[in-house]
Amino acid sequence: MSTNMAPAAATSKSGRALARTLAVTSGKGGVGKTFVTANLAAALAARGQKVLVLDADLGLANLDVVLNLHPKLTLHDVFTEKATLEQAILPAPGGFHVLLAGSGMVEYSRLTPEVRDKLLYIIDLVKPRFDWVLLDTGAGISDVVLFAVSLATDVLVVATPEPTSLTDAYATIKVLATQQGRREVGLVVNQANRPGEGKLICGQLQQVLQRFVGPTPGQTFRLELLGEVKNDQAVRQAVLKRQLLLEHYPGSDAAQAIKALASKLLA
Amino acid sequence: MEPSATPRPVDASELRLDLALQLLQQAGAMLPEAEPFSAAWLQGVVDALCDLSSKDALTGLVNRRSFEMALSREVDRVARSGESALLLVLDIDHFKAVNDNYGHAAGDLVIKAVADAIGQTVRPMDTVARVGGEEFAIILPSCLPTFGVTVAERIRERVAAMEVPVTPAQSLRVTISLGGAFAPQWVRSSSLLWMERADRQLYRAKAEGRNRACLESQVESLVSAEEKGMLFAVTQQESE
Repeated sequence: MSTNMAPAAATSKSGRALARTLAVTSGKGGVGKTFVTANLAAALAARGQKVLVLDADLGLANLDVVLNLHPKLTLHDVFTEKATLEQAILPAPGGFHVLLAGSGMVEYSRLTPEVRDKLLYIIDLVKPRFDWVLLDTGAGISDVVLFAVSLATDVLVVATPEPTSLTDAYATIKVLATQQGRREVGLVVNQANRPGEGKLICGQLQQVLQRFVGPTPGQTFRLELLGEVKNDQAVRQAVLKRQLLLEHYPGSDAAQAIKALASKLLA
Repeated sequence: MEPSATPRPVDASELRLDLALQLLQQAGAMLPEAEPFSAAWLQGVVDALCDLSSKDALTGLVNRRSFEMALSREVDRVARSGESALLLVLDIDHFKAVNDNYGHAAGDLVIKAVADAIGQTVRPMDTVARVGGEEFAIILPSCLPTFGVTVAERIRERVAAMEVPVTPAQSLRVTISLGGAFAPQWVRSSSLLWMERADRQLYRAKAEGRNRACLESQVESLVSAEEKGMLFAVTQQESE
């Protein structure tokens, strides 16, 4: 996905290219946002990328649950200066790294200037060290979620064909377009019931956006379908066992879809 | 401090409850009918104290403390449900003049009368609170934007129309100014921010000459029925 939000080849002072930051968000919870994030991270890592997943769901983080990790040190400890960033960045299965929010973050679930500064500080610190920083945001369109998304150069919205998920995904994209001036958002349709459903949903969303969000003069809004993940038995198994789909069911349709998503992002 | 595994049973008769009971009596609260110092009786006393500490002594309205709790709850509820909720803040115009000219007892009567008038104008589900001397706030859940001005105006008119007898020979008329703002739908925000927005409208009502209601101009709801209709037009046909 190309983006006009920030140059992809931005470099740090040391000359190393800064990570591409991708916020994964959904509007509605429970649509597989964290599942997609974790497996996408593994797919990017398999392609030789240095990847960090940052748990930006400060109020109700569950990346550790999805990955079956029991972290001793979390973002909370970095915020409270009980741990250094190096200590809190943990290796995860799948060959990528995570920075988990952990419990005790409820106090950060509302956007205060303090939370804003801390998130900015963390992002700036990790950007020079990785090729990709994936921000797993919380559900809903809270100001923390919107702020976390605003820190990313690219946005990926995860939705399922369910009406409530579509409505919330639409609302999220609309807010991002009208409040953050986003002109391009990626879409992953998760739990697709049949081939082509992702394309259909993307087209539909794009049409409504075109009509109601409207192109500002000289600019068009583009919603790009980056992935369609089939409603797959393998996904249910992986989620239940708290395993990475890509590691344990690499041949499944869903795993192939996630790999294709990674390829599109790297293209 | 670690809570012990088995809590020591409390001998209620050892508790010093005279002040609590005195407070309840003075407030005219019903004391529990259960056997004194039994668990049920103690529960009744605690409940009565909770009730007392959530209400304003003069008007019987919700006080500032429980209003703030209710407002936070409403912000969270609306963030999840996307329902439309209105917060109105109002204050009695030139109230200081009432106190100065007729005394504080008259001022209290006016405050009570305004509280009653508000109570009669809103729905039972709405939370009416006295948040300061002559300041009130009302939380109206499930209040559609189109009704906001109507509700605010109804309250304003009711107060402006009433006469408050302050002495057997004298009645007063007062007016109020109102400010209102709708909760941010779908966006988890803070109650403080919501209160600030309503307050800004109240200042505007005061600045524009008092005895009026000003509501923040409603930003369009995030997803309109028309948008939803269009969103599902094709997908629904497909699944049929």
